[in-house]
Amino acid sequence: MGAVVRYLKSLMLLELFKGLGVTLHYFFQPKFTINYPEEKTPKSNRFRGLHALRRYPNGEERCIACKLCEAVCPALAITIDSTQREDGTRRTTRYDIDLFKCIYCGFCEESCPVDSIVETDIHEFHFENRGEHIVNKQQLLAIGDRFEEEIAAARKQDAAYR
Amino acid sequence: MSETFLDQVIYMVILVAKILAVIVPLILVVAYYTYMERRVIGYMQVRRGPNRIGPMGLAQPFADVFKLLLKEIVIPENANKFLFLLAPVLSLAPAFAAWAVVPFDDWAVIADIDAGLLYILAMASLGVYGLIIAGWASNSKYAFLGALRCSAQMVSYEIAMGFALIGVLILAGTLNLSEIVNAQQGGIFDWFWLPLLPLFVIYVISGVAETNRAPFDVAEGESEIVAGFHVEYAGASFAVFFLAEYANMILISALTALLFAGGWLSPFEGVWVLGDTFLGEGNIAWFLLKTAFFMYLFLWWRATFPRYRYDQIMRLGWKVFVPITIVWVMVAAVISVFGLIVRGA
Repeated sequence: MGAVVRYLKSLMLLELFKGLGVTLHYFFQPKFTINYPEEKTPKSNRFRGLHALRRYPNGEERCIACKLCEAVCPALAITIDSTQREDGTRRTTRYDIDLFKCIYCGFCEESCPVDSIVETDIHEFHFENRGEHIVNKQQLLAIGDRFEEEIAAARKQDAAYR
Repeated sequence: MSETFLDQVIYMVILVAKILAVIVPLILVVAYYTYMERRVIGYMQVRRGPNRIGPMGLAQPFADVFKLLLKEIVIPENANKFLFLLAPVLSLAPAFAAWAVVPFDDWAVIADIDAGLLYILAMASLGVYGLIIAGWASNSKYAFLGALRCSAQMVSYEIAMGFALIGVLILAGTLNLSEIVNAQQGGIFDWFWLPLLPLFVIYVISGVAETNRAPFDVAEGESEIVAGFHVEYAGASFAVFFLAEYANMILISALTALLFAGGWLSPFEGVWVLGDTFLGEGNIAWFLLKTAFFMYLFLWWRATFPRYRYDQIMRLGWKVFVPITIVWVMVAAVISVFGLIVRGA
């Protein structure tokens, strides 16, 4: 008897109609897709994107060439050369980050004793020529100058948890 | 003498104009059917589908067409060049030729021949040659396997499909498509889908299997044989196969509308009040609406059902559809002989 009922059920295509009902239901549901360039999802203040070198409010660069970031970098993406400036402080002469090697782990930011190297929330960037993926000290400082307000705000928001 | 020659020229011009009036909209509908497919399936998967090119993505099909036309046609080194290039044409030509006998309205048909349904069946059967030749001429094992699967499947389902059509023939008493539609007059419950419900369901399902669409698309099985018979085709030659496949889908939808859903006849015919307004009159809009509905079914099913295994497809075709259709053909004969429905009421 059970076999006959099962046979008749499959003959009536009941389960197939149930499946069609499910897809038709979702046909009218609101869609999850974000229209990316026009709409964007919210980002965490801990987002790790493009790097930047920060300055103190008086304009002095923070980096003291301790090379902790270079040492901790698991991808060996950071290259630092340093020298002694006339005022006797140690400063970098070269601070290159290879963005192709970088895995955006954020260790450099965590290791930095003076909060100099940071990762901003910028993730929409691209390169058009060979070699542009290596960003130097001037470029990193320029990014830091330009987005200082956002960077500082994000650090302040996260300060209680660090 | 010159007058009869002129008459013939005018006749030819009118004929070509008629053909263009069918083929050009058909190609446009194919283009937008691909767009509709991606949109509908996207919506059923709770995403948006293409909406970047043009307003709401409406220029997407043209972007796709130009991309395909600009791509290189690669001919495999050991392929049979003549057959390789002939195959797409062989599959496209029947898909277009079948439209010659499709009546869009009581007056709108290119060739109102009495053996219309036979002609359609013949054209549908011819389409399989294009696929077999494509699979063989490519000199690729995947293309060959795809062609074998595809031809076996199409041949099997043609039988169930043919039986389903016999039911229609018995009730309508004619092979002429316009007369078949006229035999269904009298509102939605006088159309043939109701007395021939099992045949109607089987016809639609066989139609999906005939066109190698999901859930019967083992011939393309991406996970096993890449893309089936057209693996080796690229650019314009692939576009022709694509065009043929979609033209066939639209043809099956149109035929279902004609044979089982009353073609251009209005569903409100004879209904109280509504039947007396313009809604009660049969016209081409009803036919297009019904065709669009069956076209939507193709996409809906693709978004819903997982692919059949190959032996299950064969089992369904031979062990389920053929017996059911044979039984219901007899039922249709009983209905017809005892006059349980009145033809062309």
